[in-house]
Amino acid sequence: MTEVRTQSSTTNKVLGYPLDVWYVAAWDKEVTRKPMSRKVAGRPLALYRTEGGKAVALADACWHRLAPLSLGKTLGKDQIQCPYHGIVYNSAGRCVSMPAQETINPSATVPSFPVVERHRYVWVWLGDPTKADPELVPDMHQLDSPEWAGDGETIHAPCNFQLVLDNLMDLTHEEFIHSSSIGQEELSESDFVVTHDDGTVTVSRWMFNIDAPPFWLKNMRDKFPGFEGKVDRWQIITFRSPSVINIDVGVTKAGTGAYEGDRSQGVNGFVMNAITPESDKSCHYFWAFMRNYRLDSQLITTQLRDGVHGVFGEDEAMLAAQQAAIDANPDYEFYNLNIDAGGMWVRRLIERQLESEGRLVPGA
Amino acid sequence: MAATNIEVWQLGTVVEVRNIAANVQRVVLEPSRPKTAEPGSHIDVMVSIDGHQDKRSYSIVESAEDGTQLVISVLKAPLSRGGSLFIHALQPGDQLEITQPLQNFPLRVGAQRYILLAGGIGITAMINMAQVLRNLKADYTFVYAGRNRAAMAYLEELQDLHGENLVVHIDDEGTSLDVDALVAGATEDTELYMCGPIRLMDAVRRSWTERGLSYPNLRFETFGNSGWYDPEEFVVKVPSLGLQVLVGPGRSMLEALEDAGADMMFDCRKGECGLCEVRILQLEGAIDHRDVFYSSRQKNATEKMACCVSRAVTSKTGLTAEASPSGPAIVTIEVS
Ligand code: FES
Ligand code: FES
Ligand SMILES: [Fe+2]
Repeated sequence: MTEVRTQSSTTNKVLGYPLDVWYVAAWDKEVTRKPMSRKVAGRPLALYRTEGGKAVALADACWHRLAPLSLGKTLGKDQIQCPYHGIVYNSAGRCVSMPAQETINPSATVPSFPVVERHRYVWVWLGDPTKADPELVPDMHQLDSPEWAGDGETIHAPCNFQLVLDNLMDLTHEEFIHSSSIGQEELSESDFVVTHDDGTVTVSRWMFNIDAPPFWLKNMRDKFPGFEGKVDRWQIITFRSPSVINIDVGVTKAGTGAYEGDRSQGVNGFVMNAITPESDKSCHYFWAFMRNYRLDSQLITTQLRDGVHGVFGEDEAMLAAQQAAIDANPDYEFYNLNIDAGGMWVRRLIERQLESEGRLVPGA
Repeated sequence: MAATNIEVWQLGTVVEVRNIAANVQRVVLEPSRPKTAEPGSHIDVMVSIDGHQDKRSYSIVESAEDGTQLVISVLKAPLSRGGSLFIHALQPGDQLEITQPLQNFPLRVGAQRYILLAGGIGITAMINMAQVLRNLKADYTFVYAGRNRAAMAYLEELQDLHGENLVVHIDDEGTSLDVDALVAGATEDTELYMCGPIRLMDAVRRSWTERGLSYPNLRFETFGNSGWYDPEEFVVKVPSLGLQVLVGPGRSMLEALEDAGADMMFDCRKGECGLCEVRILQLEGAIDHRDVFYSSRQKNATEKMACCVSRAVTSKTGLTAEASPSGPAIVTIEVS
């Protein structure tokens, strides 16, 4: 990170999406021997598993007449057959059989994209395959660590992925949108600290000696039955470019040293978010809520998932309405508040990534 | 990969020309609408031959990362259809119509092991790929076969760059390539990419199939411009159209029929798709099948041919000197 741009497009309402990155394409459980279709970063993909269980991502359009391969069926060790005229491809996207002729046209291939399975997700790389280093998959280890338990869902959000990132980087909206569950006025009153480096942005907010909102009171009582009293609460939001946001959230009994590092007198959760652009105006929003207490309670897992489902439903409605308003007012600009610092750094990092790919269209 | 193969035409300005091996001219072009060239990609170029325009494909040998400069290296082939003479006559400052990079020969990243095989001027298709594999620290062997050192473009640079990964075979030095030995070194997970004369590629295909290796792991690019025999003049007759056409050594049968007014179907024009198929009714001579559409069974049957690349010849041995003195080969066909 050396060069500083003077001419910035960070306030663009809609940002383009980087391609030389790993995006979550699906939950691991979604990808099976039966092919499925999913559009990632503008590219329709056919996802399936080989007989050996390896996830495969091919362009979802047959070389011949572009019929969607996701409507086809898997064959043999690693093959998929086009549902239209029966051309068969292997997992590298190479044609292995052309039913109506004795040879194979050497040009008959469909793009096969690099895939990595990690942290319960299937990740794909749509950009330059020579750069697809699995080590670049962002850390979401709470999703599959034995020290954490939980579950999540996928929201198909009708908005640009950037709007979801904005939403998660500034949680003062909780006071207004999520007033019945996690919102409280201390959120917008408390101070926050923003830091960043080349690939991450962090927004930390601490609230001391406050009443626990309903969601957190329930969680405290799950761990400390009958709990009453004030709590210290934190939200530490970490963005990992370009599309992952992990939020370290929790409360402890007030004054028991959480800020200094002792969280033993409280409950801790991680909201894991991976936001995958689908098109300019839609995205796949994969989320999970992980906790580090009462790990074996499926009841709590289900309750938390359903609770967060309700909370995120409130965000989804707002995001849809916001995108509609953006579309309906093409001549209006975005303006920024001090609370947008986290979101603005996110936009800056994405902008730099696009620039490094040579795909930043100034003023677009 | 249809989507990456939309022809976008632009102007290319010649900025440098240099002879880099016997009859091989390296031409540096600056495209007016630069686009990054993937390994294995080529450009189509409008060449003018005896006053008429024609399209030729040339591999991109080197390219600037942002695509602002592209290099093609072209062998002057005396018996070719004339495109190479046009390229060899180019001078700095000349402008010509070229496409943005097109991709029919993509390199797959992530194979266990690679063999790259270049025969003669086929080296131009492999250089970029080898460079990428080297950068990726992939497990690869780069085999370069040629007739003699003087004819082998880029030989020294490649030796410097690829060191022990480069294996060189030179006919005149008695170290000719043994195709079976090469293929014997391939495992089930090896991908072999090749570009070279049709005899070499046919030999590799045969050996590859005999060893039961996975056919999709054998990758090759052909522009349909090399045959088992040297091109000769021959006659094609189409009784149903009342046509009798002389096909010169520098023209394809498809072009000659089109020139004569026949409404011919075609797509790739390089022997891959089979759309230009004609049925052979009668033959005086032999067919030099240059396509990759027909199986060897079908080629031996001599019932059909891909007229965009395949030719009729009198010679059975492949040498022009063996051409029958009694006149050109004659093929009588039916078209669709
Ligand atoms: S569209 Fe797939 S085989 Fe024809
Ligand atoms: S036009 Fe495709 S094989 Fe002749
Ligand atoms: Fe929210």
